[in-house]
Amino acid sequence: MMKVVRGFYSVAHAVKLCRPNVVCAYPITPQTEIVENLAEMYANGELENCRYITAESEFAAASILVGASATGARTFTATCSQGLILMSEVLFNAAGMRLPIVIVNTNRALSAPLSIWNDLQDSMALRDAGIIQLYVENNQEAHDAIPQAYRIAEDKRVLLPFMVCMDGFKLTHAYEPIDLLEQSVVDSFLPPYKPAAYLTTKKPLAFGCYAPPHVYMEFRVVMQNAMDRAKAVMGEVFREWAEVSGRDWGGHLEVVYPEAKFFVISMGSIVGLLRKVVEDLRKKGYEVGLIKLRTFRPFPAEDLRKSLSDAEKVIVLDRSVSMGYEGNLSIELKAALYGSSADVVSMILGLGGRDIPREFLEKLIENAILGKEGSGFKGVKDFEEVIP
Amino acid sequence: MKLKINLGAISEPLQSENLKTGDWGTEWAYVDKDKCTACRICEQFCPEGCIEVKEFGEEKYAVVDHKYCKGCGVCASVCPQEAVRMEIKELFKLEVC
Repeated sequence: MMKVVRGFYSVAHAVKLCRPNVVCAYPITPQTEIVENLAEMYANGELENCRYITAESEFAAASILVGASATGARTFTATCSQGLILMSEVLFNAAGMRLPIVIVNTNRALSAPLSIWNDLQDSMALRDAGIIQLYVENNQEAHDAIPQAYRIAEDKRVLLPFMVCMDGFKLTHAYEPIDLLEQSVVDSFLPPYKPAAYLTTKKPLAFGCYAPPHVYMEFRVVMQNAMDRAKAVMGEVFREWAEVSGRDWGGHLEVVYPEAKFFVISMGSIVGLLRKVVEDLRKKGYEVGLIKLRTFRPFPAEDLRKSLSDAEKVIVLDRSVSMGYEGNLSIELKAALYGSSADVVSMILGLGGRDIPREFLEKLIENAILGKEGSGFKGVKDFEEVIP
Repeated sequence: MKLKINLGAISEPLQSENLKTGDWGTEWAYVDKDKCTACRICEQFCPEGCIEVKEFGEEKYAVVDHKYCKGCGVCASVCPQEAVRMEIKELFKLEVC
């Protein structure tokens, strides 16, 4: 059913259709209305066989979900920024305990300075946690990502937390016409969660136990193996979703103009803008293509190597930075392309919600193709640091 | 023999008993049974649950399980009778030349 809704609702509606058993969250801008919508559905009796639990912090919310997921419940939370990093201690545990919790992270900058606006720094900080990370371009993709997230996370070959990353404000607060899924479609695609092992009073278990040096390493190896298997499982699920819903979002990446000489690569909502920029640049005669990276963890290095095997230059647009090095996606891409002759230009822009106008972006990419624009921060004002 | 790795590091009840923590740390607690009044305060405070008051015929006093005692010294500091002493393990009694 096509309806004009905000990003929050597109997520909340999809979560409802996935029949969660426990929803637990703590409010944080720009996520709050996702769980407010779910709370309203819960209050109206629309969430069957579900408990909505209000927590005193994100740390508590994540902890409650770890307990709930261990009992075999299908769980959901949404957070971002300071909330996500407050959850981080628990989320690393959830990954190690192999609990398929689904999280929506509405990407927002990290403090300090305090910012409620959008960039990708928060989820990048959780890069190494053992959590699957999928970045979406628009609210329909966010809507569709939720049932797929549960299918992938709960697959016996995977069993890892899944984080759907959607840009704060740019997507969450935006109204878009969304084809809201039918319950029957989701029911046929997503079977009830059957946990491999779960807590009951009849069979007490302890999750995430102590592992001394003689066994710890093997536990980390099995997590890495699960991540590797997730790549193939995600491919299967993406294809099945395309058949079930009629919407094909591609694989781990979407390549537009695969024969191009120059490529622009980025993640999230900026891809929508880049589609137009790339079209305009092609009209000007530039052989430029676009790569939308959807899956960031597990990192689809082989797919990228294949798609960029004949590329002359790759322009990476990062909206986060690993302080002391480079933009996060750029670091990963360079490692994936090790040994390739492609020239990589890594640009960091749009931090803390800094606007990225289309004309500015087009000029930037055009100049990078022409070799007149190098790596570094873009769209930074002339400034000096002073002591007050 | 192949090492068995449980999914999610999940363990069944009492499996953790296999994890003998008594070789951690450099000291062990020892109880002077003549001073001990079997008040059980040490039992409540031991974070490892490895000090226990036991009956030996007429006598009753606290006993430390050195298979699990990490040598934290909490029992020694809470004992109102000063009946628990911490002693360095033989292994760590180095002769300094």
